Amino acid sequence: MSAPAMGTAKAAHSEASHKKKKGPGALATAYLVIYNVIMTAGWLVIAVGLVRAYLARGSYHGLYYSIEKPLKFFQTGALLEILHCAVGIVPSSVVLTGFQVMSRVFLTWAVTHSVIEVQSEDSVLLFVMAWTVTEIIRYSFYTFSLLNHLPYVIKWARYTFFIVLYPMGVTGELLTIYAALPYVQKTGLFSVTLPNKYNFSFDYYTFLILTMLSYIPLFPQLYFHMLRQRKKVLGHTQDYSKVE
Amino acid sequence: MCAFQVEPTATILEIKSMFHKSSNLSADSWTVVFTEAKSLKDEDILQQLPVGTTATFYFRDLGAQITWAKVFLAECAGPLFIYLMFYFRLPFIYAPKYDFTTSKHWVVHLACICHSFHYVKRILENMFVHRLSPGTMPLRNIFKNCSYYWLFAAWMAYYINHPLYTTPYYGQQQVKAALIIFLFCQLGNFSIHVALRNLRQPGSKVKKIPYPTKNPFTWIFMVVSCPHYTYECGSWVGFTLMTQCVPVAFFTLIGFIRMTVWAKGKHRNYVKEFRDYPTLRSAILPFIL
Repeated sequence: MSAPAMGTAKAAHSEASHKKKKGPGALATAYLVIYNVIMTAGWLVIAVGLVRAYLARGSYHGLYYSIEKPLKFFQTGALLEILHCAVGIVPSSVVLTGFQVMSRVFLTWAVTHSVIEVQSEDSVLLFVMAWTVTEIIRYSFYTFSLLNHLPYVIKWARYTFFIVLYPMGVTGELLTIYAALPYVQKTGLFSVTLPNKYNFSFDYYTFLILTMLSYIPLFPQLYFHMLRQRKKVLGHTQDYSKVE
Repeated sequence: MCAFQVEPTATILEIKSMFHKSSNLSADSWTVVFTEAKSLKDEDILQQLPVGTTATFYFRDLGAQITWAKVFLAECAGPLFIYLMFYFRLPFIYAPKYDFTTSKHWVVHLACICHSFHYVKRILENMFVHRLSPGTMPLRNIFKNCSYYWLFAAWMAYYINHPLYTTPYYGQQQVKAALIIFLFCQLGNFSIHVALRNLRQPGSKVKKIPYPTKNPFTWIFMVVSCPHYTYECGSWVGFTLMTQCVPVAFFTLIGFIRMTVWAKGKHRNYVKEFRDYPTLRSAILPFIL
Protein backbone atom coordinates (compact mmCIF):
# COMPACT_ATOMS: atom_id res chain seq x y z
CA MET A 1 0.00 0.00 0.00
CA SER A 2 3.02 2.23 -0.08
CA ALA A 3 3.41 1.71 -3.82
CA PRO A 4 2.93 5.32 -4.93
CA ALA A 5 3.99 7.20 -1.81
CA MET A 6 1.36 9.81 -1.06
CA GLY A 7 3.86 12.28 0.19
CA THR A 8 3.00 15.90 0.53
CA ALA A 9 -0.55 16.25 -0.61
CA LYS A 10 -0.34 19.59 1.17
CA ALA A 11 2.50 20.78 -1.05
CA ALA A 12 0.32 20.29 -4.10
CA HIS A 13 -2.62 21.93 -2.41
CA SER A 14 -0.62 25.01 -1.55
CA GLU A 15 -0.20 25.54 -5.26
CA ALA A 16 -3.90 25.41 -5.88
CA SER A 17 -4.77 27.63 -2.90
CA HIS A 18 -4.36 31.36 -3.03
CA LYS A 19 -2.95 32.06 0.43
CA LYS A 20 0.82 32.35 0.85
CA LYS A 21 2.18 29.39 2.79
CA LYS A 22 5.22 29.92 4.98
CA GLY A 23 7.59 27.62 3.08
CA PRO A 24 11.12 26.53 3.89
CA GLY A 25 13.88 29.16 3.96
CA ALA A 26 16.39 29.60 1.16
CA LEU A 27 18.94 27.21 2.64
CA ALA A 28 16.33 24.55 3.31
CA THR A 29 14.97 24.93 -0.19
CA ALA A 30 18.43 24.46 -1.67
CA TYR A 31 18.96 21.35 0.43
CA LEU A 32 15.57 19.94 -0.52
CA VAL A 33 16.19 20.54 -4.22
CA ILE A 34 19.49 18.68 -3.97
CA TYR A 35 17.83 15.89 -2.01
CA ASN A 36 15.01 15.47 -4.50
CA VAL A 37 17.35 15.62 -7.51
CA ILE A 38 19.53 12.90 -5.99
CA MET A 39 16.50 10.74 -5.28
CA THR A 40 15.13 11.24 -8.79
CA ALA A 41 18.51 10.25 -10.18
CA GLY A 42 18.72 7.26 -7.90
CA TRP A 43 15.40 5.83 -8.94
CA LEU A 44 16.27 6.53 -12.61
CA VAL A 45 19.38 4.40 -12.05
CA ILE A 46 17.15 1.63 -10.74
CA ALA A 47 14.83 1.98 -13.74
CA VAL A 48 17.71 1.88 -16.21
CA GLY A 49 19.21 -1.05 -14.32
CA LEU A 50 15.98 -2.99 -14.65
CA VAL A 51 15.71 -2.31 -18.39
CA ARG A 52 19.33 -3.20 -19.07
CA ALA A 53 19.11 -6.41 -17.08
CA TYR A 54 15.95 -7.38 -18.92
CA LEU A 55 17.53 -6.76 -22.28
CA ALA A 56 20.67 -8.64 -21.30
CA ARG A 57 18.87 -11.70 -19.92
CA GLY A 58 15.95 -11.73 -22.28
CA SER A 59 13.51 -12.51 -19.45
CA TYR A 60 12.00 -10.64 -16.56
CA HIS A 61 12.77 -13.29 -13.94
CA GLY A 62 15.25 -12.56 -11.19
CA LEU A 63 15.80 -8.90 -12.09
CA TYR A 64 15.85 -8.01 -8.38
CA TYR A 65 19.51 -8.97 -8.07
CA SER A 66 20.59 -6.45 -10.68
CA ILE A 67 19.16 -3.49 -8.76
CA GLU A 68 19.33 -4.80 -5.20
CA LYS A 69 21.96 -2.36 -3.94
CA PRO A 70 20.61 0.94 -5.36
CA LEU A 71 17.09 -0.11 -4.32
CA LYS A 72 18.17 -0.62 -0.72
CA PHE A 73 20.23 2.56 -0.71
CA PHE A 74 17.66 4.94 -2.14
CA GLN A 75 14.60 3.43 -0.45
CA THR A 76 16.34 3.58 2.92
CA GLY A 77 17.45 7.14 2.16
CA ALA A 78 13.80 8.10 2.11
CA LEU A 79 13.91 7.90 5.92
CA LEU A 80 15.30 11.42 5.73
CA GLU A 81 11.85 12.56 4.66
CA ILE A 82 10.55 11.81 8.14
CA LEU A 83 13.24 14.12 9.48
CA HIS A 84 12.23 16.81 6.98
CA CYS A 85 8.68 16.76 8.32
CA ALA A 86 9.81 16.65 11.95
CA VAL A 87 12.07 19.65 11.47
CA GLY A 88 9.36 21.50 9.56
CA ILE A 89 10.96 22.16 6.19
CA VAL A 90 8.34 19.97 4.57
CA PRO A 91 4.70 20.69 5.46
CA SER A 92 3.60 17.10 5.85
CA SER A 93 2.47 15.07 8.80
CA VAL A 94 5.35 13.23 10.49
CA VAL A 95 3.07 10.35 11.36
CA LEU A 96 1.74 9.89 7.84
CA THR A 97 5.15 10.20 6.21
CA GLY A 98 6.67 7.95 8.84
CA PHE A 99 4.06 5.32 8.20
CA GLN A 100 4.59 5.44 4.44
CA VAL A 101 8.38 5.29 4.56
CA MET A 102 8.52 2.66 7.28
CA SER A 103 6.23 0.33 5.35
CA ARG A 104 8.51 0.62 2.31
CA VAL A 105 11.63 0.07 4.40
CA PHE A 106 9.91 -2.87 6.09
CA LEU A 107 9.23 -4.54 2.76
CA THR A 108 12.74 -3.85 1.48
CA TRP A 109 14.65 -5.11 4.51
CA ALA A 110 12.43 -7.21 6.74
CA VAL A 111 10.82 -9.17 3.92
CA THR A 112 12.73 -9.07 0.64
CA HIS A 113 16.25 -8.83 2.03
CA SER A 114 15.68 -11.15 4.99
CA VAL A 115 13.82 -13.98 3.29
CA ILE A 116 16.26 -14.93 0.53
CA GLU A 117 13.85 -17.35 -1.12
CA VAL A 118 11.40 -14.62 -2.18
CA GLN A 119 14.04 -12.60 -4.03
CA SER A 120 13.52 -14.65 -7.15
CA GLU A 121 9.75 -14.23 -7.06
CA ASP A 122 8.09 -12.26 -9.86
CA SER A 123 5.99 -10.37 -7.32
CA VAL A 124 9.13 -8.53 -6.26
CA LEU A 125 9.51 -7.15 -9.78
CA LEU A 126 5.88 -6.05 -9.66
CA PHE A 127 6.29 -3.78 -6.66
CA VAL A 128 9.80 -2.64 -7.59
CA MET A 129 8.47 -1.43 -10.96
CA ALA A 130 5.56 0.32 -9.31
CA TRP A 131 7.83 1.99 -6.75
CA THR A 132 10.37 3.00 -9.40
CA VAL A 133 7.92 4.76 -11.70
CA THR A 134 6.11 6.37 -8.77
CA GLU A 135 9.26 7.67 -7.13
CA ILE A 136 10.74 9.08 -10.32
CA ILE A 137 7.56 11.08 -10.88
CA ARG A 138 7.19 12.03 -7.22
CA TYR A 139 10.73 13.29 -6.67
CA SER A 140 10.78 15.22 -9.95
CA PHE A 141 7.43 16.70 -8.93
CA TYR A 142 8.96 17.95 -5.67
CA THR A 143 12.08 19.22 -7.45
CA PHE A 144 10.10 21.29 -9.94
CA SER A 145 7.66 22.49 -7.27
CA LEU A 146 10.51 23.77 -5.12
CA LEU A 147 11.90 25.61 -8.14
CA ASN A 148 8.43 26.99 -8.91
CA HIS A 149 8.51 25.62 -12.41
CA LEU A 150 6.22 22.62 -12.37
CA PRO A 151 5.39 21.29 -15.83
CA TYR A 152 1.74 20.31 -15.99
CA VAL A 153 2.64 16.89 -17.38
CA ILE A 154 4.53 16.03 -14.18
CA LYS A 155 1.64 17.15 -12.02
CA TRP A 156 -0.76 15.19 -14.18
CA ALA A 157 1.45 12.10 -14.03
CA ARG A 158 1.76 12.31 -10.26
CA TYR A 159 -1.96 12.41 -9.79
CA THR A 160 -2.87 9.93 -12.52
CA PHE A 161 -0.29 7.13 -12.68
CA PHE A 162 -1.13 6.04 -9.15
CA ILE A 163 -4.47 4.77 -10.40
CA VAL A 164 -2.65 1.80 -11.92
CA LEU A 165 0.62 1.85 -9.97
CA TYR A 166 -0.97 1.76 -6.54
CA PRO A 167 -2.91 -1.48 -7.02
CA MET A 168 0.04 -2.91 -8.90
CA GLY A 169 2.41 -2.18 -6.07
CA VAL A 170 0.01 -3.44 -3.43
CA THR A 171 -0.44 -6.70 -5.33
CA GLY A 172 3.31 -7.15 -5.61
CA GLU A 173 3.80 -6.43 -1.92
CA LEU A 174 1.06 -8.77 -0.76
CA LEU A 175 2.21 -11.61 -3.01
CA THR A 176 5.77 -11.18 -1.75
CA ILE A 177 4.77 -11.29 1.90
CA TYR A 178 2.58 -14.30 1.17
CA ALA A 179 5.52 -16.04 -0.54
CA ALA A 180 7.70 -15.39 2.50
CA LEU A 181 5.27 -16.98 4.96
CA PRO A 182 6.31 -20.67 4.71
CA TYR A 183 10.00 -19.81 5.09
CA VAL A 184 9.35 -17.60 8.09
CA GLN A 185 7.32 -20.29 9.73
CA LYS A 186 9.92 -22.97 9.03
CA THR A 187 12.93 -21.00 10.29
CA GLY A 188 11.23 -18.96 13.03
CA LEU A 189 12.79 -15.82 11.55
CA PHE A 190 12.75 -12.78 13.91
CA SER A 191 10.65 -14.77 16.36
CA VAL A 192 11.10 -15.10 20.09
CA THR A 193 9.47 -17.93 22.04
CA LEU A 194 8.74 -18.57 25.69
CA PRO A 195 10.21 -19.35 28.11
CA ASN A 196 12.84 -16.64 28.35
CA LYS A 197 13.97 -14.32 31.12
CA TYR A 198 12.30 -11.27 29.55
CA ASN A 199 8.89 -12.95 29.53
CA PHE A 200 8.25 -11.78 26.03
CA SER A 201 7.35 -13.51 22.79
CA PHE A 202 6.96 -12.46 19.18
CA ASP A 203 5.77 -14.53 16.25
CA TYR A 204 6.90 -12.96 12.99
CA TYR A 205 4.71 -15.34 10.99
CA THR A 206 1.55 -14.09 12.72
CA PHE A 207 2.84 -10.54 12.48
CA LEU A 208 3.18 -10.86 8.68
CA ILE A 209 -0.35 -12.23 8.41
CA LEU A 210 -1.68 -9.32 10.46
CA THR A 211 0.29 -6.95 8.22
CA MET A 212 -1.33 -8.43 5.16
CA LEU A 213 -4.77 -8.11 6.76
CA SER A 214 -4.10 -4.46 7.56
CA TYR A 215 -3.98 -3.71 3.85
CA ILE A 216 -7.74 -4.41 3.70
CA PRO A 217 -8.87 -1.34 5.63
CA LEU A 218 -5.89 0.85 4.80
CA PHE A 219 -5.50 0.49 1.04
CA PRO A 220 -9.01 1.71 0.09
CA GLN A 221 -8.67 4.70 2.42
CA LEU A 222 -5.36 5.75 0.91
CA TYR A 223 -6.51 5.05 -2.63
CA PHE A 224 -9.68 7.10 -2.35
CA HIS A 225 -7.78 9.87 -0.62
CA MET A 226 -5.51 10.06 -3.68
CA LEU A 227 -8.55 10.06 -5.98
CA ARG A 228 -10.04 12.97 -4.05
CA GLN A 229 -6.71 14.80 -4.18
CA ARG A 230 -6.66 14.21 -7.93
CA LYS A 231 -10.04 15.82 -8.35
CA LYS A 232 -8.96 18.77 -6.26
CA VAL A 233 -5.61 19.34 -7.93
CA LEU A 234 -6.36 18.47 -11.53
CA GLY A 235 -10.01 19.51 -11.46
CA HIS A 236 -9.04 23.14 -10.74
CA THR A 237 -6.97 23.63 -13.88
CA GLN A 238 -9.73 22.18 -16.00
CA ASP A 239 -12.10 24.77 -14.59
CA TYR A 240 -9.71 27.58 -15.41
CA SER A 241 -9.33 26.44 -18.99
CA LYS A 242 -13.11 26.31 -19.29
CA VAL A 243 -13.32 29.92 -18.13
CA GLU A 244 -10.95 30.98 -20.87
CA MET B 1 -35.01 29.00 16.20
CA CYS B 2 -37.05 29.74 19.31
CA ALA B 3 -37.66 32.65 21.62
CA PHE B 4 -37.83 32.67 25.42
CA GLN B 5 -38.59 35.22 28.04
CA VAL B 6 -36.33 34.97 31.04
CA GLU B 7 -35.41 36.88 34.16
CA PRO B 8 -32.14 38.85 34.09
CA THR B 9 -30.94 36.61 36.89
CA ALA B 10 -31.37 33.46 34.81
CA THR B 11 -28.28 31.31 34.43
CA ILE B 12 -27.10 29.76 31.21
CA LEU B 13 -27.88 26.35 32.69
CA GLU B 14 -31.54 27.35 33.04
CA ILE B 15 -31.66 28.73 29.53
CA LYS B 16 -30.09 25.48 28.29
CA SER B 17 -32.73 23.33 29.94
CA MET B 18 -35.51 25.52 28.48
CA PHE B 19 -33.89 24.97 25.10
CA HIS B 20 -33.63 21.23 25.63
CA LYS B 21 -37.28 20.99 26.59
CA SER B 22 -38.47 22.93 23.59
CA SER B 23 -36.25 21.25 21.04
CA ASN B 24 -36.68 17.59 21.96
CA LEU B 25 -32.96 17.14 22.49
CA SER B 26 -32.28 14.46 25.04
CA ALA B 27 -30.63 15.54 28.25
CA ASP B 28 -27.69 13.35 27.31
CA SER B 29 -26.95 15.51 24.34
CA TRP B 30 -24.76 18.18 25.83
CA THR B 31 -24.95 21.52 24.25
CA VAL B 32 -22.55 24.38 24.22
CA VAL B 33 -24.00 27.86 24.36
CA PHE B 34 -22.35 30.88 22.90
CA THR B 35 -23.07 34.38 21.76
CA GLU B 36 -21.36 36.05 18.86
CA ALA B 37 -18.55 37.08 21.18
CA LYS B 38 -17.72 34.01 23.23
CA SER B 39 -18.78 30.65 24.56
CA LEU B 40 -20.57 30.56 27.87
CA LYS B 41 -20.49 28.47 31.01
CA ASP B 42 -23.45 27.04 32.90
CA GLU B 43 -22.93 29.36 35.85
CA ASP B 44 -22.92 32.58 33.83
CA ILE B 45 -25.81 34.87 34.70
CA LEU B 46 -27.71 36.70 32.02
CA GLN B 47 -27.49 40.18 33.48
CA GLN B 48 -23.70 39.92 33.73
CA LEU B 49 -23.31 39.25 30.05
CA PRO B 50 -22.61 42.01 27.54
CA VAL B 51 -26.08 41.78 25.96
CA GLY B 52 -29.02 44.19 25.75
CA THR B 53 -32.67 43.61 26.51
CA THR B 54 -32.69 40.91 23.84
CA ALA B 55 -29.88 38.47 23.46
CA THR B 56 -29.16 35.95 20.74
CA PHE B 57 -27.75 32.64 21.81
CA TYR B 58 -26.38 29.91 19.62
CA PHE B 59 -26.51 26.30 20.64
CA ARG B 60 -24.21 23.62 19.33
CA ASP B 61 -25.08 19.96 19.76
CA LEU B 62 -21.94 18.06 20.71
CA GLY B 63 -23.48 14.68 20.09
CA ALA B 64 -23.48 11.81 22.53
CA GLN B 65 -21.20 12.65 25.42
CA ILE B 66 -19.92 10.80 28.41
CA THR B 67 -18.75 12.21 31.71
CA TRP B 68 -15.14 12.01 32.88
CA ALA B 69 -16.29 9.97 35.85
CA LYS B 70 -17.77 7.25 33.69
CA VAL B 71 -14.70 7.19 31.45
CA PHE B 72 -12.32 6.77 34.36
CA LEU B 73 -14.45 4.01 35.78
CA ALA B 74 -14.41 2.09 32.50
CA GLU B 75 -10.67 2.66 32.10
CA CYS B 76 -9.93 1.20 35.54
CA ALA B 77 -12.51 -1.55 35.84
CA GLY B 78 -11.43 -3.05 32.53
CA PRO B 79 -7.79 -3.81 33.42
CA LEU B 80 -8.86 -5.03 36.85
CA PHE B 81 -11.10 -7.74 35.44
CA ILE B 82 -9.03 -8.50 32.37
CA TYR B 83 -5.95 -9.22 34.46
CA LEU B 84 -7.94 -11.54 36.69
CA MET B 85 -9.18 -13.43 33.64
CA PHE B 86 -5.58 -14.24 32.78
CA TYR B 87 -4.61 -14.90 36.39
CA PHE B 88 -7.32 -17.52 36.76
CA ARG B 89 -6.39 -18.84 33.32
CA LEU B 90 -9.86 -18.82 31.84
CA PRO B 91 -10.30 -21.10 28.80
CA PHE B 92 -9.10 -20.15 25.30
CA ILE B 93 -6.17 -18.11 26.57
CA TYR B 94 -3.53 -20.73 27.19
CA ALA B 95 -3.37 -24.40 26.21
CA PRO B 96 -6.44 -26.32 27.47
CA LYS B 97 -4.46 -28.37 29.96
CA TYR B 98 -3.75 -25.16 31.91
CA ASP B 99 -7.37 -23.99 32.14
CA PHE B 100 -8.29 -22.82 35.64
CA THR B 101 -4.89 -23.77 37.04
CA THR B 102 -2.81 -21.30 39.03
CA SER B 103 0.86 -20.48 38.72
CA LYS B 104 3.30 -22.21 41.04
CA HIS B 105 5.38 -19.03 41.43
CA TRP B 106 4.52 -16.86 44.44
CA VAL B 107 5.66 -13.72 42.58
CA VAL B 108 2.80 -14.26 40.13
CA HIS B 109 0.30 -14.19 43.01
CA LEU B 110 2.00 -11.12 44.42
CA ALA B 111 1.86 -9.41 41.03
CA CYS B 112 -1.86 -10.11 40.77
CA ILE B 113 -2.46 -8.65 44.23
CA CYS B 114 -0.44 -5.53 43.40
CA HIS B 115 -2.05 -4.99 39.99
CA SER B 116 -5.54 -5.46 41.40
CA PHE B 117 -4.76 -3.27 44.40
CA HIS B 118 -3.57 -0.52 42.07
CA TYR B 119 -6.81 -0.46 40.08
CA VAL B 120 -9.12 -0.89 43.07
CA LYS B 121 -7.35 2.05 44.67
CA ARG B 122 -7.87 4.05 41.49
CA ILE B 123 -11.57 3.23 41.34
CA LEU B 124 -12.06 4.19 44.97
CA GLU B 125 -10.13 7.41 44.48
CA ASN B 126 -12.31 8.26 41.50
CA MET B 127 -15.39 7.72 43.63
CA PHE B 128 -14.33 9.36 46.89
CA VAL B 129 -11.19 11.41 46.56
CA HIS B 130 -10.96 13.14 43.21
CA ARG B 131 -13.03 16.23 42.61
CA LEU B 132 -13.60 15.69 38.92
CA SER B 133 -14.74 18.51 36.71
CA PRO B 134 -18.29 17.90 35.48
CA GLY B 135 -17.00 18.08 31.93
CA THR B 136 -17.61 15.52 29.26
CA MET B 137 -15.96 14.11 26.21
CA PRO B 138 -17.41 12.64 23.02
CA LEU B 139 -18.62 9.08 23.43
CA ARG B 140 -16.19 7.85 20.76
CA ASN B 141 -13.27 8.80 22.98
CA ILE B 142 -14.13 6.10 25.43
CA PHE B 143 -13.17 3.46 22.87
CA LYS B 144 -9.81 5.07 22.24
CA ASN B 145 -9.03 5.55 25.94
CA CYS B 146 -10.26 2.19 27.09
CA SER B 147 -8.52 0.21 24.38
CA TYR B 148 -5.19 1.71 25.47
CA TYR B 149 -5.60 0.50 29.08
CA TRP B 150 -7.48 -2.69 28.31
CA LEU B 151 -5.17 -3.97 25.56
CA PHE B 152 -2.04 -3.22 27.55
CA ALA B 153 -3.51 -4.94 30.60
CA ALA B 154 -4.26 -8.02 28.51
CA TRP B 155 -0.79 -8.00 26.94
CA MET B 156 0.96 -7.77 30.33
CA ALA B 157 -1.33 -10.23 32.07
CA TYR B 158 -0.83 -12.79 29.29
CA TYR B 159 2.89 -13.07 29.96
CA ILE B 160 2.91 -12.71 33.73
CA ASN B 161 0.34 -15.48 34.16
CA HIS B 162 1.71 -17.67 31.39
CA PRO B 163 2.52 -21.30 32.31
CA LEU B 164 6.03 -20.69 30.90
CA TYR B 165 6.61 -17.52 32.94
CA THR B 166 10.22 -17.09 34.13
CA THR B 167 10.71 -15.61 37.59
CA PRO B 168 12.94 -12.56 38.10
CA TYR B 169 16.65 -13.13 37.67
CA TYR B 170 17.70 -11.95 41.13
CA GLY B 171 14.90 -13.87 42.82
CA GLN B 172 13.52 -12.90 46.21
CA GLN B 173 15.80 -9.88 46.60
CA GLN B 174 14.54 -8.38 43.37
CA VAL B 175 10.88 -9.03 44.14
CA LYS B 176 11.15 -7.66 47.69
CA ALA B 177 12.87 -4.48 46.54
CA ALA B 178 10.28 -4.06 43.80
CA LEU B 179 7.43 -4.52 46.27
CA ILE B 180 8.85 -1.84 48.55
CA ILE B 181 9.14 0.59 45.65
CA PHE B 182 5.61 -0.25 44.53
CA LEU B 183 4.00 0.20 47.95
CA PHE B 184 5.97 3.36 48.68
CA CYS B 185 4.81 4.92 45.42
CA GLN B 186 1.21 3.80 45.86
CA LEU B 187 1.14 5.47 49.27
CA GLY B 188 2.82 8.53 47.82
CA ASN B 189 0.35 8.72 44.96
CA PHE B 190 -2.57 8.46 47.37
CA SER B 191 -1.10 11.13 49.65
CA ILE B 192 -0.80 13.54 46.74
CA HIS B 193 -4.36 12.90 45.65
CA VAL B 194 -5.61 13.65 49.14
CA ALA B 195 -3.46 16.76 49.36
CA LEU B 196 -4.78 18.03 46.03
CA ARG B 197 -8.34 17.38 47.13
CA ASN B 198 -7.85 19.32 50.35
CA LEU B 199 -6.47 22.21 48.39
CA ARG B 200 -9.89 23.27 47.25
CA GLN B 201 -13.18 23.67 49.09
CA PRO B 202 -16.08 21.78 47.46
CA GLY B 203 -17.67 23.95 44.79
CA SER B 204 -14.98 26.62 44.93
CA LYS B 205 -13.25 27.43 41.69
CA VAL B 206 -10.29 29.20 43.26
CA LYS B 207 -7.00 27.71 42.10
CA LYS B 208 -4.21 27.35 44.63
CA ILE B 209 -0.60 26.26 44.61
CA PRO B 210 -0.12 22.87 46.28
CA TYR B 211 2.45 22.83 49.09
CA PRO B 212 4.03 20.11 51.25
CA THR B 213 1.88 19.13 54.23
CA LYS B 214 2.68 17.23 57.42
CA ASN B 215 2.60 13.99 55.42
CA PRO B 216 6.21 13.19 54.38
CA PHE B 217 5.00 11.80 51.09
CA THR B 218 3.92 15.31 50.11
CA TRP B 219 7.33 16.84 50.79
CA ILE B 220 8.14 16.05 47.16
CA PHE B 221 6.02 19.12 46.30
CA MET B 222 9.16 21.10 47.11
CA VAL B 223 10.81 19.88 43.92
CA VAL B 224 7.99 18.65 41.66
CA SER B 225 4.74 20.16 40.36
CA CYS B 226 2.91 16.90 39.61
CA PRO B 227 4.17 14.33 42.12
CA HIS B 228 1.13 12.12 41.62
CA TYR B 229 2.51 11.37 38.15
CA THR B 230 5.99 10.87 39.61
CA TYR B 231 4.69 8.34 42.10
CA GLU B 232 2.55 6.64 39.46
CA CYS B 233 5.61 6.12 37.24
CA GLY B 234 7.48 4.86 40.28
CA SER B 235 4.75 2.31 40.97
CA TRP B 236 5.01 0.93 37.47
CA VAL B 237 8.79 0.82 37.62
CA GLY B 238 8.35 -1.25 40.75
CA PHE B 239 5.88 -3.52 39.00
CA THR B 240 8.26 -3.94 36.05
CA LEU B 241 11.05 -4.93 38.40
CA MET B 242 8.75 -7.31 40.21
CA THR B 243 7.60 -9.16 37.12
CA GLN B 244 10.68 -8.72 34.89
CA CYS B 245 8.44 -8.61 31.85
CA VAL B 246 9.16 -6.64 28.67
CA PRO B 247 5.51 -5.72 27.96
CA VAL B 248 5.30 -4.23 31.45
CA ALA B 249 8.49 -2.25 30.81
CA PHE B 250 6.99 -1.05 27.55
CA PHE B 251 3.75 0.01 29.26
CA THR B 252 5.76 1.82 31.93
CA LEU B 253 7.73 3.68 29.27
CA ILE B 254 4.66 4.75 27.29
CA GLY B 255 2.92 5.75 30.51
CA PHE B 256 5.94 7.80 31.51
CA ILE B 257 5.90 9.63 28.18
CA ARG B 258 2.17 10.39 28.44
CA MET B 259 2.41 11.55 32.02
CA THR B 260 5.41 13.72 31.25
CA VAL B 261 3.41 15.48 28.54
CA TRP B 262 0.51 16.03 30.99
CA ALA B 263 2.86 17.13 33.78
CA LYS B 264 4.63 19.65 31.56
CA GLY B 265 1.27 21.09 30.57
CA LYS B 266 0.12 21.43 34.16
CA HIS B 267 3.46 22.89 35.20
CA ARG B 268 3.24 25.50 32.45
CA ASN B 269 -0.27 26.42 33.62
CA TYR B 270 0.91 26.81 37.20
CA VAL B 271 3.76 29.06 36.16
CA LYS B 272 1.46 31.17 33.99
CA GLU B 273 -1.24 31.44 36.64
CA PHE B 274 0.88 32.25 39.68
CA ARG B 275 3.54 34.98 39.79
CA ASP B 276 5.08 33.56 42.93
CA TYR B 277 5.21 29.94 41.78
CA PRO B 278 8.21 28.18 43.39
CA THR B 279 11.09 28.22 40.95
CA LEU B 280 12.73 25.10 42.35
CA ARG B 281 9.97 22.84 41.00
CA SER B 282 10.20 20.78 37.81
CA ALA B 283 7.24 19.16 36.12
CA ILE B 284 7.62 15.46 36.93
CA LEU B 285 11.22 14.41 37.69
CA PRO B 286 13.05 16.46 40.37
CA PHE B 287 15.56 18.77 38.69
CA ILE B 288 15.46 16.76 35.47
CA LEU B 289 12.17 16.99 33.63
